[in-house]
Amino acid sequence: MMVRSLALALILSAGGAAYAADKPAVEAKNGWVRVLPGALPAGGYLTFENRSDRALSIVSAESPQYGDAMIHRSSTDGGMGRMEMVDSVPLPAHGSLAFAPGGYHVMLMQPKQTVKPGDTIAVTFTLSDGEKIPATLLARPANASGPKD
Amino acid sequence: MKPSIFRRALVVLLAAAAVASLAACQREAQPEWRLNDVSGHLPDLDFKLTDDNGKPVTGADYKGKVAVMYFGYTHCPDVCPLTLTQLHVILDRLGPAADNVRILFVSVDPARDTPAVMHAYVNAFDKRAVGLVGSQAAVEALAKRYRSAFTREPDRGDGNYEVSHSSAIYFFDANGKARLLATPSASQDDIVHDLHLLTSLETRS
Repeated sequence: MMVRSLALALILSAGGAAYAADKPAVEAKNGWVRVLPGALPAGGYLTFENRSDRALSIVSAESPQYGDAMIHRSSTDGGMGRMEMVDSVPLPAHGSLAFAPGGYHVMLMQPKQTVKPGDTIAVTFTLSDGEKIPATLLARPANASGPKD
Repeated sequence: MKPSIFRRALVVLLAAAAVASLAACQREAQPEWRLNDVSGHLPDLDFKLTDDNGKPVTGADYKGKVAVMYFGYTHCPDVCPLTLTQLHVILDRLGPAADNVRILFVSVDPARDTPAVMHAYVNAFDKRAVGLVGSQAAVEALAKRYRSAFTREPDRGDGNYEVSHSSAIYFFDANGKARLLATPSASQDDIVHDLHLLTSLETRS
């Protein structure tokens, strides 16, 4: 009984590893950045899809176009708007998670060059298992509501 | 006998109601607000600040316009831009009546928000937005006046910091009277609805 479940666990984990090698477990899509005037920090938004059967988490972000990038979450609990840095954003197995205005976002700071609407921003997210997820975010005007409007 | 007493009472009641509603009409329409009605519960629009063109302004400078006041700061990359974007979309939906509305974006970060920074910031969202700055004391007094609050969070170690702030949106009529209060999660339809009413009050007065 114990041997069988152990074997099963081994097969499952081997299967998971093979899956990860074939295709990225996590896909990033619909990325956009709200560009603010000057060198003000900008919020980046996108949707992550975890196609694997493992619960993962996003632990960090970086962009060659910005001096610094941090993962934040905004909240308006109790009528107070505040932001907090988060160390880890859970990505459920076979699930998706959106970074969206008013919630999770990647805060992009110290642009190395002026970013204009229409530019593309490369952001690499690191997962808890060390895997890197490349994402392309479209620079949008300050008053945009999403990647297209 | 009984029914007629009832009928007479009803007529009296109806007449009283009609007179009351007529009086209300003459005084001012009593619209059916969808946002929180704060008439009489918050003070009139009054402040001494500096606008994003560097000009000293007071609440009286916005008489004749419906004022939509929101506290925030420019280094706020998420919630403030979201609220200002929503207000921009709302004013566009409002159509020509939006010419009678001003968004007053009051900075709670006097250390970093200069009129020039505020000018570029508010205009990136909407041409009908005005950025207002003042001393720490002046902004604190204004926030207190409207039972709002803000707190500068600890420095992250690189000279950067966040400011937590009340997320309420205040609506004043064209006479500077506080009328409505909304949260950023209020539906755009409700805000458009109430701004239509608020701007039509303005044109009647």
